[in-house]
Amino acid sequence: MTAAPASIETRKRWWADRPRSAYLARRLTRLAVSLVLLLTLTFAMIHLVSGDPVRSALGLTAPAKLVAQRKAQLGLDKPLYQQYYDYVDRAVHGDFGTSIQSGESINLIVRTRLPTTLRLAGLAFLVAVLIGVPLGVLSAALTRDGRRRYGELAFTTTTGAFASIPGFLLAVAFIYLFAVKWRFFPVAGDSGVKSYVLPIAALAIGPAAALARIVRVEGLKVLDADYIRTARGKRLPARLIYLRHALPNMLTATLTISGLLLGGLIAGTVLIESIFSWTGLGSTLVNSVTSKDYPSVQAVALIFGFFILVINFVVDMLLAVINPQSTILDQ
Amino acid sequence: MTGRRFLRWPDLFRSPVGVVAALMVGSVLVLALIGPPIWGHAAAKIDISAVSQGSTAAHPLGTDVLGRDILHRTLVAARLSVFLAVLASLLGAGVGIPIGVLPSLVGRRLGRLITSAINLAVAFPTLLLAIFVASIVGLGARGAVIGIAAAVAPYFARLSQTLGASVAGADYIAAARVLGIGRWRLMGRHMLPNVAEPLLLTLMLTMGDALLALAGLSLLGVGVQPPSYDWGGMLTEGIQRIYVTPIVVVGPAVAIIFAALGFNLLGESLARRAARREGALPRHLPATPVVLPVEHHERVDEPGDDGHGTVLDVRGLTVAFPGGSVPVRDVSIRVEPGEIVGIVGESGSGKSLTAMAIAELLPARAQATSERRLLFGQDLASLGNTGRRRLLGRSLAIVYQDPMASLNPALRIDRQLGEVAEVHEGLSRREARKRSVERLRSVRIGSPERRARNYPHELSGGMRQRVMIAMGLMGTPQLIIADEPTTALDVTVQQQILKLLDDIGTSTGAAAILISHDIAVVSQLCQRVLVMYAGRVVEELDIPTLVRQPAHPYTAALLASVPTMESDRERPLVSIPGRAVGPFDQSPGCPFAPRCPAASARCRDELPELTPLESGHRVACWHPNSVVPHDGSAWRDESMREDALA
Repeated sequence: MTAAPASIETRKRWWADRPRSAYLARRLTRLAVSLVLLLTLTFAMIHLVSGDPVRSALGLTAPAKLVAQRKAQLGLDKPLYQQYYDYVDRAVHGDFGTSIQSGESINLIVRTRLPTTLRLAGLAFLVAVLIGVPLGVLSAALTRDGRRRYGELAFTTTTGAFASIPGFLLAVAFIYLFAVKWRFFPVAGDSGVKSYVLPIAALAIGPAAALARIVRVEGLKVLDADYIRTARGKRLPARLIYLRHALPNMLTATLTISGLLLGGLIAGTVLIESIFSWTGLGSTLVNSVTSKDYPSVQAVALIFGFFILVINFVVDMLLAVINPQSTILDQ
Repeated sequence: MTGRRFLRWPDLFRSPVGVVAALMVGSVLVLALIGPPIWGHAAAKIDISAVSQGSTAAHPLGTDVLGRDILHRTLVAARLSVFLAVLASLLGAGVGIPIGVLPSLVGRRLGRLITSAINLAVAFPTLLLAIFVASIVGLGARGAVIGIAAAVAPYFARLSQTLGASVAGADYIAAARVLGIGRWRLMGRHMLPNVAEPLLLTLMLTMGDALLALAGLSLLGVGVQPPSYDWGGMLTEGIQRIYVTPIVVVGPAVAIIFAALGFNLLGESLARRAARREGALPRHLPATPVVLPVEHHERVDEPGDDGHGTVLDVRGLTVAFPGGSVPVRDVSIRVEPGEIVGIVGESGSGKSLTAMAIAELLPARAQATSERRLLFGQDLASLGNTGRRRLLGRSLAIVYQDPMASLNPALRIDRQLGEVAEVHEGLSRREARKRSVERLRSVRIGSPERRARNYPHELSGGMRQRVMIAMGLMGTPQLIIADEPTTALDVTVQQQILKLLDDIGTSTGAAAILISHDIAVVSQLCQRVLVMYAGRVVEELDIPTLVRQPAHPYTAALLASVPTMESDRERPLVSIPGRAVGPFDQSPGCPFAPRCPAASARCRDELPELTPLESGHRVACWHPNSVVPHDGSAWRDESMREDALA
């Protein structure tokens, strides 16, 4: 695209003929803009705190010398634009700065604790999807057209109850029943396969129930669609009608919701890690917040935010593959 | 002026869930009001002799580390827990709603920026946002409330933004704009009332979420700080003692679930109410199914009554739905090889359901009964499932009304076409694709190789309908059922599709049933026509007779209502007065009698049967030929019209 008039021509044609590439370009732009916004907001965070963040973190009794030293260490004595530049530069290179409390590199903390949190959220997500989606599809298929009214009622009340009980209360109940009373699983800590069962169950059950409900509603909509009647009209075997014609269309909405759920699960780890005394990024966040260790809070915000944005991007890409129409509807 | 009616509260109390939810929320609110004055003293009483107890007679839910009664503290904590949740939700709504309405008021570019900022914020989980904001504002109740408000505000913003956008596009807003009503008045007077209901139920749902988030924040030590206490804080204390006295978590845990569930259920039942109202289904269906008298007519003029040699022979087809709706009543159709038979009637006359019953594509709820149903000379009931599927899959082609909705949006064209040949004729995927391209070419789609790789949304409406027809040609169709094939298309494309259907009939020798509400379309293509009214065939006749001498007053009226080049433009267009009876109708007489200018007492009391008038012409009317066709005078006479309506 060198010559101006020609480039306009090319761009128009490029746009019109490759809706998928255009979609990809739009989503990449959105991701980039969001990342810049995320960086800016996390940077602004430490400056929005009323008063002196270092003073409030170290306490009134801390010697002035230590405060000044930490300030210099954090670069808070430099002009704002310089601080911003340094912050972005460091973040891009994967350097999350130093903790106000300990003066240690935050990278070390992140490196040891992030895997724990990702494992917890990832496994819980897997469990939620593996339970929620089949359950939703099955109940849609079995209760469509007003069949099995009581089955439908049982499904909606059970999933409704589980979807509205928060994970942290489930965790408390599980600890009492399965760890304290019956001693099937350890009460806390992350050592061995057994210790994963209760936290993952507490994290996954709510999202699984919510997912099942949404998949069911989507499924009923899809099974009622004209194109399913067309598939029936072609006298295809039931296997093909469900797997080839119905499932991809059910997945569109399911995938969107799953992306949101994964974000929610990452947030959920904060509470679950605290309750089960896991040392992950979530419990780090809580400790940093209560001890006013703002650079650490910043780092966790950046990491969680980054993951959530990337998840959304991946979901959008998958949507474009499963349901190409979404690339058009988008604009 | 407005499209939506505002929330009707009494409606809510008709559903048991709504009643229970309202009671739950009500009791929580009452508790928040009366809790502290009544039990405040008891909850604060320190009892050194009863420190950290489990369940006892004096303290059923145990005591805390200072010996204070947990039951009383749970009841008292209701006020702070609920108050903070309500405050955070209202604050979030107060910030979010105006932000969300902005994009539809400000310029386009700024509006887009705001929208994408809202979308970004919505992607972040509530609890995380709340923790981050709370860490800036400071620990404690204030930080928690502001944090949660900031975290829920994007939801309100997005909701009011999408609602605002849809309302802003509505006709009445455009009208208000034209009238020169200012932006802010527009927002206050015309937009907000229409988005108020969905916002209200979002507020309910948010309060439930805020309650849980607050408890979560307190649990993490970020929320309410001692000596104040809410349910979340009490839960934290309880969890630390769960090994020894597990009973102490029960009070706060149950309270949290009860209150959150109440708000959520209330929001959900409000949402369900709103959704149901928009659906506008008939409320009161007759409880008992209608029992229709089954008459066995003498069909005199039917040759070769065994049905063999015909493409289709259906007798006495009735389709009923649970609840007493009988939209198709005692319909009989014969289709000879190569013949194109039309079915005409108003919408709701049962013509599409008749077609779907023939094609065995009725929804599962529908019950179809018939005295005889022969397709290609074979009794479908006697064939096994596999045999029936194969026969229908190969020999019966169906063209649907809405090609966009009838093609699968997630599959490429060649996949949707090819699978027919793969399943029923065992073709390989490659052979099937080759045939798909051939068939696409035969329905005159340009560059079929490329189009075969397209998705339905990449084609035009006319092209999609050609694809549907090509789909039917993948086998070797003996019968094509075209259900309003041109209704969803442009007038110019309509003619092309009709021509294509005609050509295909000629080249393949397939018979066809063409269903349309448009008598002009039918008379263009068909040799014979069935006229349906209120689920029944009221007249069966060939095209020349239809044009020259229809015997049933309804057919005459349909004809008269078609404007032609010769229509007198000085006179109003002819319409049939009154409304067609619905599928629930149980009156004994002719269903057209209430609208018929020639109706007599007999018409209202006795159902006329379809009886032959002359060869190939049958009519169900007590007074055939009583209305002159092509002359709207019977319908224009005002006194007659009033009579007909009476």
